[in-house]
Amino acid sequence: MAHATGIKYLKEKSLPLMWCPGCGNGIVLGALVRAFEELGLKKHETVVVTGIGCWGKADDYLLTNALHTTHGRALAFATGIKAYQPGLNVVVLMGDGDGVTIGGNHFLHAARRNIDLTAVVVNNYNYGMTGGQVSGTTPAEHYTTTTVYGNPERELDPCAVAAAAGANYVARGTAYHGWELKEMIKEAITKKGFSLVEVASPCPTHYGRYNEMKTALAMLRWLKEKAVPLKTYEQLEEPEKEGCFPVGRLVSRDAPDFNARY
Amino acid sequence: MPRILAIVGTDAAAEAMRQIDPEVVAVYPITPQTAVVEKFAEYVADGVVNTEMINVESEHSAMSACIGAAAAGGRVMTATSSQGLALMWEELYVAAGLRLPIVMTNVNRSLSAPINIHCDHSDSMGARDSGWIQLYSENAQELYDNLLQAVRIAEHPEVRLPVMVCVDGFIISHAIDRVEVLDDDRARAFLGDYVSLPGYSLLDAAQPVSIGMFDGLYGYYYEAKRAQEEAMARALTVIKEIGEEYRQVSGRGYGFWEEYGLEGAETCVVALNSACGTIRSRLKEWRARGAKIGLLKLRVFRPWPGEELARRLAEFKTVAVFDRAVTLAGGKGGPLCGEIAATLYGQAHRPRLVNYVYGLGGRDLTQALVDQALEELAAMPAVPEPMLPVRYLGLHA
Ligand SMILES: Cc1ncc(C[n+]2csc(CCOP(=O)(O)OP(=O)(O)O)c2C)c(N)n1
Ligand code: SF4
Repeated sequence: MAHATGIKYLKEKSLPLMWCPGCGNGIVLGALVRAFEELGLKKHETVVVTGIGCWGKADDYLLTNALHTTHGRALAFATGIKAYQPGLNVVVLMGDGDGVTIGGNHFLHAARRNIDLTAVVVNNYNYGMTGGQVSGTTPAEHYTTTTVYGNPERELDPCAVAAAAGANYVARGTAYHGWELKEMIKEAITKKGFSLVEVASPCPTHYGRYNEMKTALAMLRWLKEKAVPLKTYEQLEEPEKEGCFPVGRLVSRDAPDFNARY
Repeated sequence: MPRILAIVGTDAAAEAMRQIDPEVVAVYPITPQTAVVEKFAEYVADGVVNTEMINVESEHSAMSACIGAAAAGGRVMTATSSQGLALMWEELYVAAGLRLPIVMTNVNRSLSAPINIHCDHSDSMGARDSGWIQLYSENAQELYDNLLQAVRIAEHPEVRLPVMVCVDGFIISHAIDRVEVLDDDRARAFLGDYVSLPGYSLLDAAQPVSIGMFDGLYGYYYEAKRAQEEAMARALTVIKEIGEEYRQVSGRGYGFWEEYGLEGAETCVVALNSACGTIRSRLKEWRARGAKIGLLKLRVFRPWPGEELARRLAEFKTVAVFDRAVTLAGGKGGPLCGEIAATLYGQAHRPRLVNYVYGLGGRDLTQALVDQALEELAAMPAVPEPMLPVRYLGLHA
């Protein structure tokens, strides 16, 4: 059987992608459109809502319905769409700045409301689009253009937040694991209620350059090493958990979603 | 000895901030302001300034943190653009209402939707009634000069209002310019130490105060707003005084506006920010050919120097106002022209007003477009119609 390519969801005349060489966004976009194809999503029944950022420009390449919104607010716009048209598949693409920093409050409440949206948060640990400034997910002590001597603040774990706030589905993947990522996105879209797929992804241009991972390869290796399957992660002693994160399906439950409760 | 630097506009803002050395800077990055933040972060990291810099999670938080820090008695600064300023909206009114002398650079950029990262003045024009003083800057030099003066204006006991210094995104923020910088001692002597006034500081342990409270339907909200208006009016005098003092320190004086070629002119072009450079360069040629036309570059938009401006503009036959923003009201034109029209209403002689909207979303104001306007103005019949329909320069067919 031929594998899905997702090509039919792509605006081919907008290619090649504007993203930097080695950026993880292309891989995530690939996983997303393959997931669309394997689920047989119809373009006219699918709405992609984006915020503002490098990942937020993914809608430039998509032939589905798309609403390009403002920085941090994509989930609030998406909530409106889903409330009025519950039949649509609403997929919300946000960076870590967009999704959980400036838009953190909407993120909390979309998860609490358990509204049937799929959020794909590409976490590249900094604000890629504006030149690599510190974000809410930048690891403590790491370097960015606004934390030149290391980030004095701690990082936020988007998956833990979504899980605690009540999301029905929470998964974490990386741009290194494209196949698994596609599978997670499929599960997330299929699941009723709020779903989060956090994708740990390379931004070699800014984050990598400032943190001794100038090449895409170095960044992917770093992600590969950090990513530990949930089962293995749970067996680790606390000190061993330092510097790595669990990947895979972290939460899957079937609490009634917003539209069902309404 | 003043230093002469070749720096981009955002570095000029960061350089002013370095000399001001505010106690707190709370910021969120946005194009085209970002480089201000990054450069200043370097100064903080290198220990060149004593500032506590907070990389907050949004502009709403940035302005809120600035308000907190200023209410606690600190000298406080931030910078933003476009959507960032829009997100600060709620807090802009709070900063002004609480009479907190916060100084902010606004690198002018258009507002969504559709998204556009390039220059126009919709952002700051939208904030024109928020109670902030607004100074406009043609180039990086004026940005630097305005920022130093802004601190003094904001903190002046007769004023106590926040100040926004505006400069054009990309055209100035990202272009290298010649900037003459005061030496640090001179700059610091001009700036002086910040003295927070008694009764205005939250952290006055001897005399605790509450600020911003709701005092009910029969309270003093109305009076507080009237007091803000009066402070704005007093700011006119203060801005002039400080502009003069700055002349003595730097050799560069500042008033409400700057004139070019207006002696003997019959037509006066009014504009803000970088467009003035392009307009002036065309006027130079036009005037050499004998055209009676000059430029009034407005620097102070808030407070509105209405009385003086009306008197000056009434001296011309035609006033052509260039607006890099549009009041979306169905053909009313730009905000600058609207204000000028209102200001001229009380004058016995009212010049003909022509409004040119240009440059929305960064559309270039080319020399050819300026010529197009100047040619139209030159060809206008002597009998003036009071106000002509709005012109849109450089609009695609
Ligand atoms: C209200 C507002 N503030 C700031 C910005 C500027 N801005 C655009 S994208 C961005 C951050 C992008 O980072 P992230 O969301 O992590 O996405 P990435 O570019 O890394 O994919 C910022 C700060 C904006 N567009 N709107
Ligand atoms: S700046 Fe970073 S996130 Fe943006 S396209 Fe380049 S690599 Fe990707």
